[in-house]
Parts: sequence; structure tokens; C-alpha cells
Amino acid sequence: MFDFVSFFPRAVAQGIPLLYGSTGEILTEKSGNLNLGIPGIMYVGAISGVIGSFFYEQSMAGQPLVPFWAIAIPMVCSLLGSLLMGLLYCFLTVTLRANQNVTGLAMTTFGVGFGNFFGGSLIKLAHSDVPSVALPATSAFFNRTPSVKEQLSAFSSLFLHYGFLAYLAIVVALVASYILIHTRVGLHLRSVGESPSTADAAGINVTRYKYLSTCAGSMIAGLGGLYYVMDYANGIWSNNAFGDRGWLAIALVIFTIWRPAVSIPASILFGGLYILYIYIPTGTEMQYKELYKMLPYVITLIVLIIVSLRKKREDQPPASLGLSYFREER
Amino acid sequence: MENVKNAVRMENITKRFGTKVVANKAVNLELHEGEILSLLGENGSGKTTLMNVLCGIYHPDEGQIYIHDEPVTISSPKDAFDHGIGMIHQHFKLVDVFTATENIVLGLKGHLDMKEARQKVREICEKYGFDIDPDQKIYNMSVSQKQTVEIVKVLYRGADILILDEPTAVLTPQETDKLFQIMRNMQKDGKSLIIITHKLHEVLEVSDRVAILRKGEYIGDVPTQSADQQSLTDMMVGRRVSLNINRPDPVDPKPRLVIEHLTAYDELGVKRLDDVSFTANSGEVLGIAGVAGSGQRELLEAVAGLYPVKEGTIQFYDPKVDYSDAISKRNIAKSILLSIITLGVYLIYWEYLLVKNIRAIKKDESSCIGEMLCLIFVPFYSVYWWFTRGKTVKEEFASHGCTATGNEIAYLVLGIFGLSIVSMAIMQNDFNSLPPEVIQSNQQNASNKPVNLVGMDPMSIRKAGVAMSFVPEDRLGMGLVGTMGMTGNMLLRSWRKTKGLFVSRKEPEAMAKRIWQELEVVTPSTNYPVRRLSGGNVQKVLVGREIAQEPAVLMTAYAVRGLDINTSYTIYNLLTEQKMKGRAVIYVGEDLDVLLELCDRIVVLCGGQVSGVVDARTTDKREIGVLMTQHRGGADNEA
Repeated sequence: MFDFVSFFPRAVAQGIPLLYGSTGEILTEKSGNLNLGIPGIMYVGAISGVIGSFFYEQSMAGQPLVPFWAIAIPMVCSLLGSLLMGLLYCFLTVTLRANQNVTGLAMTTFGVGFGNFFGGSLIKLAHSDVPSVALPATSAFFNRTPSVKEQLSAFSSLFLHYGFLAYLAIVVALVASYILIHTRVGLHLRSVGESPSTADAAGINVTRYKYLSTCAGSMIAGLGGLYYVMDYANGIWSNNAFGDRGWLAIALVIFTIWRPAVSIPASILFGGLYILYIYIPTGTEMQYKELYKMLPYVITLIVLIIVSLRKKREDQPPASLGLSYFREER
Repeated sequence: MENVKNAVRMENITKRFGTKVVANKAVNLELHEGEILSLLGENGSGKTTLMNVLCGIYHPDEGQIYIHDEPVTISSPKDAFDHGIGMIHQHFKLVDVFTATENIVLGLKGHLDMKEARQKVREICEKYGFDIDPDQKIYNMSVSQKQTVEIVKVLYRGADILILDEPTAVLTPQETDKLFQIMRNMQKDGKSLIIITHKLHEVLEVSDRVAILRKGEYIGDVPTQSADQQSLTDMMVGRRVSLNINRPDPVDPKPRLVIEHLTAYDELGVKRLDDVSFTANSGEVLGIAGVAGSGQRELLEAVAGLYPVKEGTIQFYDPKVDYSDAISKRNIAKSILLSIITLGVYLIYWEYLLVKNIRAIKKDESSCIGEMLCLIFVPFYSVYWWFTRGKTVKEEFASHGCTATGNEIAYLVLGIFGLSIVSMAIMQNDFNSLPPEVIQSNQQNASNKPVNLVGMDPMSIRKAGVAMSFVPEDRLGMGLVGTMGMTGNMLLRSWRKTKGLFVSRKEPEAMAKRIWQELEVVTPSTNYPVRRLSGGNVQKVLVGREIAQEPAVLMTAYAVRGLDINTSYTIYNLLTEQKMKGRAVIYVGEDLDVLLELCDRIVVLCGGQVSGVVDARTTDKREIGVLMTQHRGGADNEA
């Protein structure tokens, strides 16, 4: 029997990093920057948080952590780490007008290497027996949920049993959606992504919008990495455990046709599809499990086909996505 | 006008692109308050660049700009807005997926209140007489509506200096009249306007003063009252030019393209072409007149095979009688050659096996024959094996005494399959390139029988000798690759002619050079990306290339759209030259004066129907004008 009450929270927990990643990437892409470095940026966001909280836990030397610092230090570190990645990407693609695809892929490779390097260093510093760093004390603060009772009702285990970063992800997605659709900043941002020369002629600072949205997007994506380590993985960092979630986040952007509000249910759906193979009894036929793992990507492909068939202009990616802008070029 | 105040004064403006191109050379320009100034110049003379400098898109390398006699620095479009300068660009600066209002308020500061913005847009529309829906998406709009949005956008910002870059190039005469009325309304409202246009009669009609640029330099200005078309052209070109089109009598006119009862619908099911019938003769320029959107584009596309035809025929009389014959002979020769090669490979492989298994053969003479049989019947054996599933091919082979290993057999089968696919593909390609009708007519009789172009694919139609050069509103969108140079763009057409694996750059290079010289394209070299050329020069490349193909039927639509007068006449003369060479030229144009001077006969379209075919030598503008608005058959078509 399919147990929805136990399945849904796990799907959400899988979906939240994707939601962060896709919200960040949507903001970035709306400015015309196709940041394929998102997997790397999420990875850097995660390891930066881990580095921060690792040294904080070390400095406290066994004493109980101050809740404020236990949350603030990893958050700020994670935001800073991903901000630096975002700035690097912007500098390369906006200021130096490097090819966005190449830069993005390089950023992913770099981010994963960066994470694994410092992850490995921390594992050595921690003199750990297993190849991982455990930060249970910090993680306890990230794991704290609004549900107070020991015995959970179906409602609270479905909706109240998550750490604060999960709720923050939904708030961020809703705010991003509101900004994009209803504010002047959003209008300008969309125009930069659709037609930078138009935006430029209208007196909008294209470079600033590209920088701001890409950096903000990177920081949001970085939080996805932090959520993964601190909440989902209970504060245990091991190299390469983050997997292909970053790519899934980019797939999610296409799946939601560039709408952050849609990505809230869509990320949960993707999270569910991502772990569906555990819930489908396949017996000893392990190879079918691998097929089920394909589901999120297959569905993205199907959505792409449907969207292309509908030929609705609003459903297309931003028109100048992936192109650098240079004013004096004719 | 004794005490004229300057709204804009530009002093010694110089703008270079890279080190090679100097777009503006120490230009001085004045715009008086409350006047309409025409900026005139040939393509690539730097008009657009100068205006882009004024509105902050480009930064001048040297020079000073004064607005209302105060020195200012305009380093961004925002600065220009702050000084009350608004530009309506030749290529619209609009976001397609936004509504009109969203585009209008783009770039402004403050809280976003769409309701209020919409209200203000409506007010401006009422004041000056615009007609747009504030909530319509741009991609659903016509060109003239888009332009209106651009003008409203500028007015919304409270601009009092407006620059219109070739606003009439894409408008119908009626829309142009409306625009001029609006411009006069704005002038009455105290605004100063600069208009860039190539149509001299428009310059004379709307402006107060004319300023002229030539090759990036400022030549001078004249009050419009004391100017006429000839004097303006002479100033613009720098020498005396004749404004007469030479029209010799048609040479040996014979039907080349006979169109009968052509009817076509668009994807929404609207009738675009309604029972169109006419004949285009060789050695004759056939004009097609009509209000924009009367089916001109659909007609040309239908002939070129790009538009689905519901009913009717397009008979093409090929001037080259034995055209198809030679090709089919070549095809037969080619297929024979291929068969020989395939057979050769069979034999060589068989030889190889023989040598390899020489010991086996020595042992048993008969196995040699068995082996031979096997090899010839390999494909059959593969099929046999699939059906029986009993033995492998190898076993089957072995039973005939063949000692080839499994791998060898596999290679052999693969090789033969590959070869037959390649040969089939080559033959297919060659036969495809021939329209079935050509083959048929060729088989029936060798005489010149017309080919029905309906139902043929565009490539075959082009090969048969019908070329279309359609100059679209977006010049770079259709037909040219912006990042390639002239040579590269010539190559796009000519590469099919070259044989072998590699493309030859020699011929396209020569063609590019010829067009460069003949049409006086302003470009530093034939490898300079065409995207960076000015609009008119891009068009010269496009039109020049199609003419250079020397097709049997040359169709051009709006060939001189946005071109300056000198180049326009060059193109008219090129078309006449084609006519003298015995080719059928179909010319779709907007300017009735030109149609009357250039063409031999004129087909007038109205609402997708032919409302009349007239002799251009005996008719006049009035008659065509009446035909343009007159449905054939009158009332019963309205039902």
C-alpha cells in the first residue's frame, strides 16, 4: 500500500534544494544569463556553510552552541560562497562577455572540485574514521520543526515537520514570483532578458540588472546546497553526496516554464519522482530502479515537447537567453 | 522666424567604429525649436549613427552637443530622455512578449501602477490621434501599430525632441499620411522633430528644412520650399544623377510563367489568394501593385513553393529544353557506375577470401564454388537465417564449404549494406532534385512542355530557374547570415553548385566583389560581417545576390525598401538589364510612380484577387489607384 503520509515529506525534503536551485536559476535566466554553473554554485553554497559551522563548532570545543550564531554563521558563509561564484560568473560573461555555456559548465566543474577539495580537507582536520564530516550540533538547529507534539497528526507531519529553510524556500519562491510579475524591477528584469537593446534604449542599466539578478540567483541557489547538508543530510558532509540535484534544478526551470510560483509544487513533484523508485516494489530486479530514476528527466523532455507544440510566445525562454550584450554592436 | 532658437546643436561630432570605419566626420547639425527637419543621405552616410549619438546609444569620439543652447553630455539613453530627446528607431526597440503599456512604461522609475499608466496612454492616444490597444501584446501587432507604440512611448516620457529613423519605410501610403498628420499635430504642440527618410516626395511634403549628409560628412542644409527632388539628389550623391528609368521595349515576349485560377488559404483558413490568373512573359518586367497585404507576398511565396496552394496551376515554360534530359542521362550513367563499384567490391572481397582460404581450396576444389555462391547470396542468407532461426550464417556458410569466420561475414554484410545505402542515397538525391513532371515530360516528348510548379518543393523550383528575392521588414531575419561577410552570404546560394566535398570560395568571392562595386556597398571588405553594415547596404547585398543568380524568373518584392534614391535606380537598371537578357522579371512595389516607369505591364491585386492587368505605358496612377481598391465582381464578393 502506498503510504502518502510518509512519502510526501520525503518528497518535499528532496524537492526543497531543487526549489532553491530553480528559483535562483529562474531569476538568473530572466536576465538573459543562462547559468549552467548552478550545480557547482549549490555545491559551493553547501561546503561554505559546512566550513563555517565546522570552525564554529570547533571553537566552541564541546560547549553548547549559541542558537543565533549556529544558524547565522553557516548561512552567511553559504551566501558569501555562492555570491562569489555568482560574481565570478557575471564578471566572465557580462563584463568580459565570455560564452555563457562554457563559463557555466566550467563553474560547475570548478564548484564541485572546490567542494570536494575543502570537504576532503575538513575530513582530515576532523580526524574522522569515515569519509565524512558530521556537524550534528549545528544541524539540530536547522532541523528544528514547528510541530511540537511527540505524536504527529497527519496534518502536522505533512506540513509542519520541516526545518525553517524549507519554509524560507517557499517564501523566496513566492516573493520572486511577485517581484517578477508585479513590480517595476521585475518588468525591467524581464525586458533585459527578452531584449537587452530595448531595455538599454529605455534607460535601464543592463549590466547592473544582469549582475544583481545573477548574484541574487546564485545566493538563493547556494541556500539549496546548505539546506541539503544541514537539514536533509542531518549535517553530514561527504564528497559527491549532493549528486545531480543541481542539474535537476535546471531541468525544473524548463519544467516550470520560468515561473517561480509553479516551481513550488513542481519541485515537490520532482522530489517525489526522484525517490519514487524506493516506493515502487521491484523485488530483486535492480535494473528497473535505475529506469525509475530517469523519470524527472523524461518528464522534463515531455514538457519541453508539449511547450514547443503549443507555440505560445509567453512559454518560450527569454529571447536573449545565453547571449551577451554589447551596446555598440550593430 | 528671425529669432530662431536651437532645440539641438551638434558640433564637430565624430564617431568611428573600430579603426576602419568612420561613420561621422566632424558633423555640425542644428534643429530649430518647433520645426520638422529632414535628414537626408545615401545608405551608410551616417544618418542613423548621428542620431544614435544624439540619443545616447553611441558615444561620440569627438564633438559637443548643445540642447536648448546648453552644453550637455549624453552618455546613455537615460541622459537623452532627461534632456527630452526621444528616438523612434528603424528597428523597433520593443519587447515582443510585453503589452503595449508594459513597453511604454519600461525604464521609468517609481511604483508600478498599470491602471494609471493605461489611462495615461489612452489620453496621449486621444490627444494626437493614435489608435492602439494598451493591452495588446506586441507580437500580435502590425508594423504600423508597433511604430505607434514607439511614438507613444517617447511622448509618455514627455519628450519635446523626437527623432524618427525611416518611419515610413515599412508603412503603406495611407499609414504614412496618418503618420504625417500626427507629426504635424506634434509640431503644433511645440515639439521639434527630425525625420530620416529616403522618399524625396515625403521630405518635400512634411519637412520645413532639409539637412544632408554624404559619406559621414555634413554637406549643408536647405529650406524645403527652395528644394526639389533633383537638387536634393544631386546634393546627396555629390554629382548630377539622372532620375529617369530607361525602359526599352520587351524583347521577344513569350509566356514564361502562366498562373491560372490560383487559390490559397493561410493557416487560419482565411482566403489569401482568390482565383488569381495572369501570365508573366520573358523579356518583360511585370509589376504587381496593390495596397499592402493584398496577397503580394502570398503570391510570390506560392510561386516559390513556400506557400500551400489549394487550387490552380502555375505553368512554367523552361527556356532550356534539354535541361532535364541531360540530368537524367547523367543519372543513369551514375547508377551504372555505382553498380560496377559495388560489384567490384564483391569481387575483391571474394578474392581476399580465396587467398586466405587457399589451403582449404587446395584440399577440396568444390568448396571454392560453394564459397562463391555464399558470397553472392549473402543478403538472401541473412533473410533466410532470420526466418529459420535454426543455424547461424556461419553454419549455413560452413554447410556450403565456406571457411570464412563470423567476423569476416559480418564485415561483408555490413559493407554491402552500407554501399547499397550510400548508392541509393546518391541516386535518390539526384532523382529528387528533378521534379517528377520534368522526368515525365521528358519521357513523353523532348519539346518544351510547361512544368506545373504547384506541389513541387522550393528547392526543385529554384533549380528549375525561378528565384525569389523577398526583402522582408526584418532584413537580416530572412536570407542573410548577420555574422558572415558578403562572401559567406554569397556562398549560401552557390555552394550547391560546387562539386565534391569542399566548397570553393573563389566564385562567391568574385560575386561579392562585383556586387560591392556595382551597387556601391559601403563596407571595408567582403569579409566584414553584414550585420554591421547599415540597413540599406544589407539590402543591397540581399538583392544583388538574387539578381546575380540570373534565374529564368526573377521575383522581387520591395527591393528598394529603405534604399536611397541612387541605389534604387541602380537596382531598377539591374532589373531592366535582366529583362533585356530575356528573363521574366516580377516586381512587387509600393511606389506607383516607379511601377509606371519601370514595368511593361502591371497586375493590380486587391484583397487577394486580380482586379486588373494594365499596360504600364498607357495607364496612369489614377486608374491603378481605382483598381487597387476595387474588388472584381463587386458586391457578390462581399457576401
